[in-house]
Amino acid sequence: MSIDVARIRKDFPILDRTVRGGRPLVYLDSANTSQKPRQVIDALTDFYERHNANIHRATHELGEEATAAYEGARIKVAGFIGASDETEVVFTKNISEAINLVAYALGNVAGGRLRIGEGDEIVITEMEHHSNIVPWQLLCQRTGATLRWFSVTPDGRLDLDQADDLINERTKVVAFAHQSNVLGTINPVADIAARAHAAGALVLVDAAQSVPHGLLDVGSLGADFVGFTGHKMCGPTGIGVLWARRELLDEMPPFLGGGEMIETVWMDRATYAPPPHKFEAGTMPIAQAVGLGAAVDYLSELDLAAVRAHERNLVERALHALAEIDEMRILGPTVPVDRGSAISFTLEGVHPHDVSQVLDDRGVAVRAGHHCAWPLHRALGVQSSTRASFYLYNTPEEVDALAEGIRTAQKFFGVT
Amino acid sequence: MQLESMYQEIILDHYRHPHHKGLREPFDAEVHHVNPTCGDEVTLRVTIKDAGGEPAVADVSYDALGCSISQASVSVLTDLVIGKPVSEAMDIGAEFLALMHSRDGAEPDEDVLGDAVVFAGVAKYPARIKCALLGWMAWKDATAQAIGTPDGEHR
Repeated sequence: MSIDVARIRKDFPILDRTVRGGRPLVYLDSANTSQKPRQVIDALTDFYERHNANIHRATHELGEEATAAYEGARIKVAGFIGASDETEVVFTKNISEAINLVAYALGNVAGGRLRIGEGDEIVITEMEHHSNIVPWQLLCQRTGATLRWFSVTPDGRLDLDQADDLINERTKVVAFAHQSNVLGTINPVADIAARAHAAGALVLVDAAQSVPHGLLDVGSLGADFVGFTGHKMCGPTGIGVLWARRELLDEMPPFLGGGEMIETVWMDRATYAPPPHKFEAGTMPIAQAVGLGAAVDYLSELDLAAVRAHERNLVERALHALAEIDEMRILGPTVPVDRGSAISFTLEGVHPHDVSQVLDDRGVAVRAGHHCAWPLHRALGVQSSTRASFYLYNTPEEVDALAEGIRTAQKFFGVT
Repeated sequence: MQLESMYQEIILDHYRHPHHKGLREPFDAEVHHVNPTCGDEVTLRVTIKDAGGEPAVADVSYDALGCSISQASVSVLTDLVIGKPVSEAMDIGAEFLALMHSRDGAEPDEDVLGDAVVFAGVAKYPARIKCALLGWMAWKDATAQAIGTPDGEHR
């Protein structure tokens, strides 16, 4: 069981270019955004060249084609994540919008039994991306609900001993990442979801980092809401997804009002289209949805279990290589168990910005900073970190280039 | 390797041995500025004195966490502005800001900027400009507060 990485790399035109004066690009920033295969780029071009029209309202052939392509993408996405009903797939512009959509709906007076108010509790975790923290803070500010959170253990796992206290009869939502964008930690979704459901709470899972690796099956996950974004899974920017159980989408009030989300409109009131269109106001990112459909096709044609095995090998190699570097602290799990392909680290004596600058000078693209997870960095006692993340097109040689670049940074700044 | 164009020896010297570091009393204003993209932060105090009827910079003290560029930049700043009339120090700040936004462009004016000309290489890396400006923005903010004028336009 293996994949032909050299063949996969040929599908990604950008991997051929050089950077910083002729250095081959070593792209280790896929957790930030993935690169795009030719098939996705071609799908965007083909849509604009051949089928471009607005959807659901243009009464001409192009409109029919555009609508079929857009709705076809929805069906592809549903299939990719194991959703049996494509009307449970709502297109958004990204996962931030998906989470905000849910948080807004739950704070809206029109939310009926889903409405959240004073005395209710929302539970998140310290390892969340800001996009799964701030919408809940805003919800609590609007409604008077209380925000609570799981701590992170020193080895980068959720402290599940807190579950009995945190998840109780006051809990209305438990929201957490499937896979941490900083630590790589894969969280036990089914276990947490079972506890939340036993307490009568809804479960939202941030799957932005897991879906790109084909890890999501909403049928078995146990979540009520799942958000992810297209651009981290070989798709275009500007398109994301909220999956939710249909009866919840039926009950939730709309998020944004506007064109296409209505059934009828009078001057003083309106009724709404059934889901998913109730949540897709205005002209949507049509070409981007079609591009996401092409990305799903591309990933589906690969053996994703083999892709994950390849990525696990890269992570294992990187964990070994990094562990041999002096002054190195790997944040999160140091063994490739229940862990995805992002590795964040700090280096005593060299700031992450300076590490990434030296790496960039050698053509190695990583991310430096808090990776939109400031509270997590604070909890781990670090100001910021450098993150390398691996995807299907990365090679063992690129892992070695990372380790070599880190050593160069240490030499440059006089640490070793 | 193009690294040396950014990490000039003077920058690395200031990074390893920062000047005027530490928070001192008394002070007229204190600010805390953060670079939200990376979390780098600086707490900076200014003390103003009267120099022949015009305000002058008596001291700038600071505590900072950050990369080599942000650390070296605030260190160079203190060398340049301490002892100068506020108006002249503000001119230096304006010149530094212009240098940072010049992108491969203008020759920096060494007469005005002194050691700060070594940051010219940073201007070629857009992601690092905020690092170089963190201390300067904090200083400008604190000075404006200390002399009781509205803050400048570059917050």
